[in-house]
Amino acid sequence: MKKKILSAVLSVAMVSALLVGCGSSATTETAAPAADSAATADGAEAAAPAATGEGQVYYLNFKPEADEAWQAIAKSYTDQTGVPVTVVTAASGTYEETLSAEIIKDEAPTLFQVNGPVGLANWTDYCYDLKGSSLYNELTSDSFALYDGDEVKGIAYVIESYGIITNVELLSQAGYTVDDIKSFDDLKKVAEDITARSSELGFAAFTSAGMDGSSDWRFKTHLANLPIYFEYQADGIDTTDTIKGSFLDNYKNVWDLYINNATCAPADLASKTGDDAENEFADGQAVFYQNGSWEYANLTGKGMTDDQLAMIPIYTGAGDEANQGLCTGTENYWCVNAEASEEDIQATIDFLTWMVTSEEGTKMLADTIGVIPFKNAQDTTNLFVLNDRDYTAAGKTPVSWNFTTMPSEEWKNGVGSALTAYAAGTGSWDDVVAAFVDGWASEYALK
Amino acid sequence: MERAIKKYWPVFVLPTLAAFCIGFLYPFCQGLYLSFCKFTTIKKASFVGFKNYIYALTDGAFWHSFGFTTAFTICSTLLINVLAFSIALALTSKIKGSNIFRTVFFMPNLIGGIVLGYIWQILLNCVLSLLEQPLLALDATLGFWGLIILLCWQQIGYMMIIYIAGLQSIPKDYLEAAKIDGATNLQILFRVKIPNVMPSITICTFLTITNGFKLFDQNLALTGGEPAHASEMMALNIYNTFYSRTGPQWKGYGQAKSVIFCLMVIMISLVQLKATKSREVQQ
Repeated sequence: MKKKILSAVLSVAMVSALLVGCGSSATTETAAPAADSAATADGAEAAAPAATGEGQVYYLNFKPEADEAWQAIAKSYTDQTGVPVTVVTAASGTYEETLSAEIIKDEAPTLFQVNGPVGLANWTDYCYDLKGSSLYNELTSDSFALYDGDEVKGIAYVIESYGIITNVELLSQAGYTVDDIKSFDDLKKVAEDITARSSELGFAAFTSAGMDGSSDWRFKTHLANLPIYFEYQADGIDTTDTIKGSFLDNYKNVWDLYINNATCAPADLASKTGDDAENEFADGQAVFYQNGSWEYANLTGKGMTDDQLAMIPIYTGAGDEANQGLCTGTENYWCVNAEASEEDIQATIDFLTWMVTSEEGTKMLADTIGVIPFKNAQDTTNLFVLNDRDYTAAGKTPVSWNFTTMPSEEWKNGVGSALTAYAAGTGSWDDVVAAFVDGWASEYALK
Repeated sequence: MERAIKKYWPVFVLPTLAAFCIGFLYPFCQGLYLSFCKFTTIKKASFVGFKNYIYALTDGAFWHSFGFTTAFTICSTLLINVLAFSIALALTSKIKGSNIFRTVFFMPNLIGGIVLGYIWQILLNCVLSLLEQPLLALDATLGFWGLIILLCWQQIGYMMIIYIAGLQSIPKDYLEAAKIDGATNLQILFRVKIPNVMPSITICTFLTITNGFKLFDQNLALTGGEPAHASEMMALNIYNTFYSRTGPQWKGYGQAKSVIFCLMVIMISLVQLKATKSREVQQ
């Protein structure tokens, strides 16, 4: 009998060993994208010792859409100079986690990024003072440097714009042109007209305003920037720890317009993803798609042409609409790891300087990243960036990016889930206002 | 055999012991220390005393997640064990193709939690959308039952295997003797089979309770804690404390929460082990 129990226990033990296996495979899957690129990192690290003494560069990249271009340029730089450059891209939405894990390793990133003053608060101890460095000297304006006191902790490397991407071909099928849309009322009129005739036209006004994690930042962060911007403008401030929400009615107007004139019912938005919206737009199922200049490569990659596309400002019925431009700014700052060795820091600064001065580097940045705030920047072919330039040339004022002053990710999530519930009808607009205004104050109080 | 074990025990024990120390003991002690610190990365930590624990114990969202997790654990433990045991009973009676069934039931366990979470999210949202109900991310009750369905689907097969092993180790003569004495099937089940598989029940309840408490991947992928943290379980709450706030103090708060969480899980499983162990019988 004892033997049988023993064999039973043994088999249980064997199966639980299997469970342990399953358990760990599950965790690797969570981190798979990071691990994938880590594999490339290992490969490069193996090759690194050959060039020690020269310093090396390890860039923890934030933008998954630019990963391929970074890998290619890193290889090319290594071929030309012999300095090993490793680029690892964190999986979308896991940058903080990846950075926290990577930065304590012996082979820590020498180059990483923060998203503005709020993000810098976490990492300021790790940021090397770039003031006076060759990279800093290439900036076209001091306003692109991220200061902590007198020290330059970060250097903005891209200026981006977002607005409502419009399919002008479909818009003209509906009998309008972009020139017909000069204010929120115009936008509302056009959108509601398209919705009324959508079965006859065969397309909807807006792509789905998906509130899945891959898409909700377009609304809880980017769209939410507009009421914040107008409030800051009205009050003449550039950050606050208590927001009043004076322009939340305008936020509601746009959000209502988005959800009620979309490709799907408002209740389904909770599960719609970023890819859903992108595909709907590329397939010609909708005329309007709120997103930014970084989306240009994806849309043209899906077969859309410059003739079909234009970006227009997000009108909310607030401020001086006749002179409103696109939302333009940056939330991407390069930081050099102060804990890295002298050689590595120098190698990193040299690499970045090369990126923003050489023909090859600036071309890659112009093509895949967009406009860069450096003296040697090449002209871009990104249509949305050119749109932004036209608006500015026509005397319109770009809406600045104030979402870098949002108190925390937690605040954004609170606004996001309130927006989702409001769209589905399980929550009220008052909940959104509460999450926006009260959430802001309580999150700032916790800082 | 016993002599061999006496001679070679270090070969068997040392690798596991080393792995246990490196992979568990050391990080646990370090984690314990960090829970009293304010830190961004583990290399730069400054001691702050009990501040983190005070915050963790007064955080409403943490207690809400504790309630949600407890309800979830009770529900999933009961369902998984009852269903797994029933299936094990069915598959140990002589039915055709029982081996195939065992394999099929076991298979969901081989898929990772994140993948399962997203697949079930699509599935359940489709069903809910057809029924014109709010989607998973909008209703915490639906999210709760969605998680229960998902975890049952994933774990029943695994527990079933353990129960099958238990049922098969019951000596045939016990069952025969009971039959000859005129016991009904129900009597055999409750008086002979269940007391004899108590060791399996101990293991299975232990595994389901701890799995229920520690659930993270599935929670993250299926509901993400939506709406507004209402379906957030303890592990996800700790994760969010760590990563969705700004400032070094949050890492300390999260660390304190995880120590509290760890102690809770250990205590609850010890109580459970003691309770079920006392019911085990000697064969």
